[in-house]
Amino acid sequence: MTSMLTAQRPPINPPSMLRASATIVWRNLIHIKRMPEMLLDVTVQSVMFVLLFAYVFGGSINPPGDVSYKEFLLPGIMVQTMIFTSAIAAMGLTNDLQKGIVDRLKSLPISRSSVLVGRSISSLIHSSIGIAVMAVTGLLIGWRVRESVGETVLGFGLILLFGFAMIWLGIYVGSLMRTVEAVQGFMFTVMFPLTFVANTFAPTEQMPSWLAAVAEWNPVSALTQACRELWGNGVTAPSDAAWQLQHPVLMSVAWSLLLTAIFAPLALGAYRRRSRD
Amino acid sequence: MTSPAVEAIDLVKRFGENTAVDGVSFVVPEGTVLGLLGPNGAGKTTTTRMLTTLSVPTSGTARVAGHDVVKEADAVRRSMGLAGQAATVDELLTARENLKLIGRLYGLPKTYVRSSIGELLERFDLVQAADRPVKTYSGGMRRRLDLAVSLMAAPPVLFLDEPTTGLDPRSRTELWEVLRELVREGTTLVLTTQYLEEADHLADDIIVIDKGRVIAAGTPTQLKDQAGAASVVVTLTHAADLERAEGLVRDHSPEVHVDVTARRITAQADGLGDMSRIGAAFQEAGIEVDDLGLKRPSLDDVFLHLTGHRADHDGAEGEPSETDELEEALR
Ligand SMILES: Nc1ncnc2c1ncn2[C@@H]1O[C@H](COP(=O)(O)OP(=O)(O)OP(=O)(O)O)[C@@H](O)[C@H]1O
Ligand SMILES: [Mg+2]
Repeated sequence: MTSMLTAQRPPINPPSMLRASATIVWRNLIHIKRMPEMLLDVTVQSVMFVLLFAYVFGGSINPPGDVSYKEFLLPGIMVQTMIFTSAIAAMGLTNDLQKGIVDRLKSLPISRSSVLVGRSISSLIHSSIGIAVMAVTGLLIGWRVRESVGETVLGFGLILLFGFAMIWLGIYVGSLMRTVEAVQGFMFTVMFPLTFVANTFAPTEQMPSWLAAVAEWNPVSALTQACRELWGNGVTAPSDAAWQLQHPVLMSVAWSLLLTAIFAPLALGAYRRRSRD
Repeated sequence: MTSPAVEAIDLVKRFGENTAVDGVSFVVPEGTVLGLLGPNGAGKTTTTRMLTTLSVPTSGTARVAGHDVVKEADAVRRSMGLAGQAATVDELLTARENLKLIGRLYGLPKTYVRSSIGELLERFDLVQAADRPVKTYSGGMRRRLDLAVSLMAAPPVLFLDEPTTGLDPRSRTELWEVLRELVREGTTLVLTTQYLEEADHLADDIIVIDKGRVIAAGTPTQLKDQAGAASVVVTLTHAADLERAEGLVRDHSPEVHVDVTARRITAQADGLGDMSRIGAAFQEAGIEVDDLGLKRPSLDDVFLHLTGHRADHDGAEGEPSETDELEEALR
């Protein structure tokens, strides 16, 4: 038998950053295939939220304007699902750091950012699967998109853009924490208030005024309001509403850019520090 | 002109106050095996991480396959393979997928990846399990896969951090055989270990490090000579035979120590020959023994010897560190 090592070395042609990222995405997606329960957070859990709110609480919540609660609810749930991208990215990254996979990848002649880019893309795919499940569930219980194709697409685009910002938050948290359990605990403690103190499930008008003010400044509210308007699932904010809710599309973009500007440098710094030694 | 496969010059790594590696230098000629030997916390892993570009030295330099580990990190990564102390294979992927992942990330030709995966699976006895997720593997299988992964691009220089820790004796011997084969084929090997026996089996040269410093270097034979000779240890059945037995042993060995309460005699010896001669003499004299054995110098002995030696030179050291306690435990 001729041995591999006695033959001359194979040509090493390290892939470009994008190709390497794509390979890492391939690997991350195998994880989902092997462990479909990883998807529970964005599928079964979100469907349960839809059903709970639509049928249990829905009757007692009155959305403004002539809109059914189910239509009002769906954009909010989708935004909530996309926020969990940060937890998904964080848990994946911490796991790879903890198990030494990041070390293995760092010992290869590939761009170091491909680990993060690959992780970001697979996390976005992960939560997009959740968004798709939400959309189907919504359609089944009576949610409809009532505006033009362009506006529909813009709505989903805003959600994805926000997911991009959330990934940086995820990489930041994932680089700081030592165990997946810690990430999970931390993220869920932060994410739930963030998604509830907003117009996600109920209009902010009925909240105490201080809480309503917080909710109006919550990026989640602007994004949810934007999707409601773009998809025809809610009325435009009244003229006495907060300014940011009267310009929800603009504000959604601004929030996503601002959050990225804050968390991207923090995340890169923390990741570099964590993976330097 | 051939440059050495690996060259470390005065490597230092500090973590805050803690100096993990404190001026380590060595040269590994192409095609040879260097064993980095040391107790827990000696700085073996930290040294390996600096040489494999995972960690940036606080000071000092190192070259692997002629490339600087800091300034030409990418070239170093093309020339070496690494199997770290903890297996870094993906639990949810199969062995085949793990190998494919790394092959793709090196950008190796598809046909090469395919044939080389087959060969590596064969070589590391993983053909049966090749399509099962790694999380179903035993510790030994994971180690073997980790090693296979590090060989994916047939690197000329291979770094192994405690490759046989946690393996049963049979797997260990099998792995040694594979490693020797790689070296025969021309691979340069740098391996860390806590076992003198392992370094003895595989290494051409050994460097003993302790608290981040090289405290001894040489061939396995030189080191063992420093640590003292082997000894025969015999435990008698009857205490009454002690005196007679001691006399017999003295005929064969210049240095004899008697432990009366344990009915044990320890004698310096040069190997199996001495042991069997002493055994025969006992049998002839009708002295019954519970146990008769040969004790080779172990890492403990090497350390006892080396650190004891050092203490003579600089007795006034700072406060005890973690490694001091570990060393204490070793004794
Ligand atoms: N990332 C790190 N941060 C801080 N200290 C570290 C780090 N890595 C290693 N150390 C310290 O450096 C010293 C040397 O550790 P190292 O892991 O290199 O030892 P080792 O010889 O590989 O030990 P072992 O046999 O236990 O694997 C130890 O005191 C350890 O606590
Ligand atoms: Mg170690």
